[in-house]
Amino acid sequence: MKLIKYILFFTTVVLMVSCAEKNTKETAKTEYQCPMKCEGEKVFLKPGSCAICKMDLKPITKKAKKVINDKISEESIFNLTSKWNTEEGESITLKELKGKTLVMVMIYTTCKAACPRLTGDMRNIEAKIPSDYKDDVQYVFVSIDPENDTPKRLKEFAKQNYIDEAQWTFLQGTEDGIREFANVLAVKYKEISPLDFSHSNIISVFNPEGELVHQQEGLGVNNKETVSKIIETVVKF
Amino acid sequence: MRTILRLAICVLFLNPIIANCQSKMVQIKGGNYIPLYGRDSMKVSISNFSMDVYPVTNKEFLAFVKKYPKWQRSNAIKLFVDESYLREWKSDTILGVNQKEKSPITQISWFAAKDYCECQGKRLPTVDEWEYVAMANKTMPDARKLKTYNEFILSWYEKPKTFNKTIGSTFKNYWKVYDLHGLVWEWTSDFNSVLITGESRKDVDADTNLFCGSAAINATDLMNYAAFMRYATRGSLKAKYTMKNLGFRCVKDN
Repeated sequence: MKLIKYILFFTTVVLMVSCAEKNTKETAKTEYQCPMKCEGEKVFLKPGSCAICKMDLKPITKKAKKVINDKISEESIFNLTSKWNTEEGESITLKELKGKTLVMVMIYTTCKAACPRLTGDMRNIEAKIPSDYKDDVQYVFVSIDPENDTPKRLKEFAKQNYIDEAQWTFLQGTEDGIREFANVLAVKYKEISPLDFSHSNIISVFNPEGELVHQQEGLGVNNKETVSKIIETVVKF
Repeated sequence: MRTILRLAICVLFLNPIIANCQSKMVQIKGGNYIPLYGRDSMKVSISNFSMDVYPVTNKEFLAFVKKYPKWQRSNAIKLFVDESYLREWKSDTILGVNQKEKSPITQISWFAAKDYCECQGKRLPTVDEWEYVAMANKTMPDARKLKTYNEFILSWYEKPKTFNKTIGSTFKNYWKVYDLHGLVWEWTSDFNSVLITGESRKDVDADTNLFCGSAAINATDLMNYAAFMRYATRGSLKAKYTMKNLGFRCVKDN
């Protein structure tokens, strides 16, 4: 009888464990500081009063600009959990691009027809953004050909096209991750032969929280609206 | 005593199968075929794989959302589903009054379908894999040239509300797979590789400005009107869309 109990217990445990899902909750931390700053920038983890001037400690309100809340909205591309390699050989998720206005395009480097023009379109857009905003915008090329477009190849492409500075990022993903990302953008693509793809020519603009705000369709189109959307997004955040 | 022990062990082994709601699969032997829309080399080769015998049912999807609450109607995020996601359901975990447990699940997005398959250790079929298996009739692996084959599919396209039927109510094809035609349309992993008219942004055939390379634009056999309808529909979908007559099934690499 005891044996049965053991077996039943074991079975239950196995089942429970296999069903369990991890729920981790992050707790927000608030820091406190003396309003007179008697001890300089010293912060306290609990409310109380300052040892020197005896004034009540005040919770620190961080400067509003550039602080984006930790939550990701329902429409944000930062909900995607796929992993990507950059041209610098780093491994990232899209969430790590959070905080800047993103201008994204899907390309592949062996493309002879549209991609050089798409790259030109991206460069033209970048050139029209006032230099005050340069640090607030990231231009991202996502390869649809992960097999050929290795981080090394992407880095070469960046150099060849004079788009190797910090504001340019190139991403190599997995087949699955790319398909999913394309679906978020409603970009279509198909491998025609081992080195050739058909794909939609779309440049997408995301706000710093990862929400799609604008799409420019076609090649060599007037980028006036795209540029003004980027500036508008930068100013707003 | 022994019997109970055996029983318990049996239950232990059976449990993962039941708990995961693994549906029946059959082996599909790969081969070459010419799809309606293909690469420029025309012939596409398909590797061996296994395919679900039936589309995923309401019951199976219900078990899935219970286990993964993030796919429940009130939790699924806007990036992944539109507003009609699981609209017919009574609540997050209760089917609608007219929905049968054994009917195919519909009104699910590509993201939801993809995650369902992945949680079973499977994946969605590619367009080519799906078309390859679906070109079979009861006796032939490729029945596309037969008039009766096309007539059957086209007559189904005309019938309303076939999504209310239960799985297995159509025919068993050459590969022992049911319901590829006759119940619901099905999601495929690379549905967004269809670059033909019906593309919802610009409804112009072979829009050379929007697409680079137009080799995929040429259909190989326009007589296959039923297949043409499927490709056109896929071309008009977005991954968060949900439709009353669009379900899915999973496949697995061997």
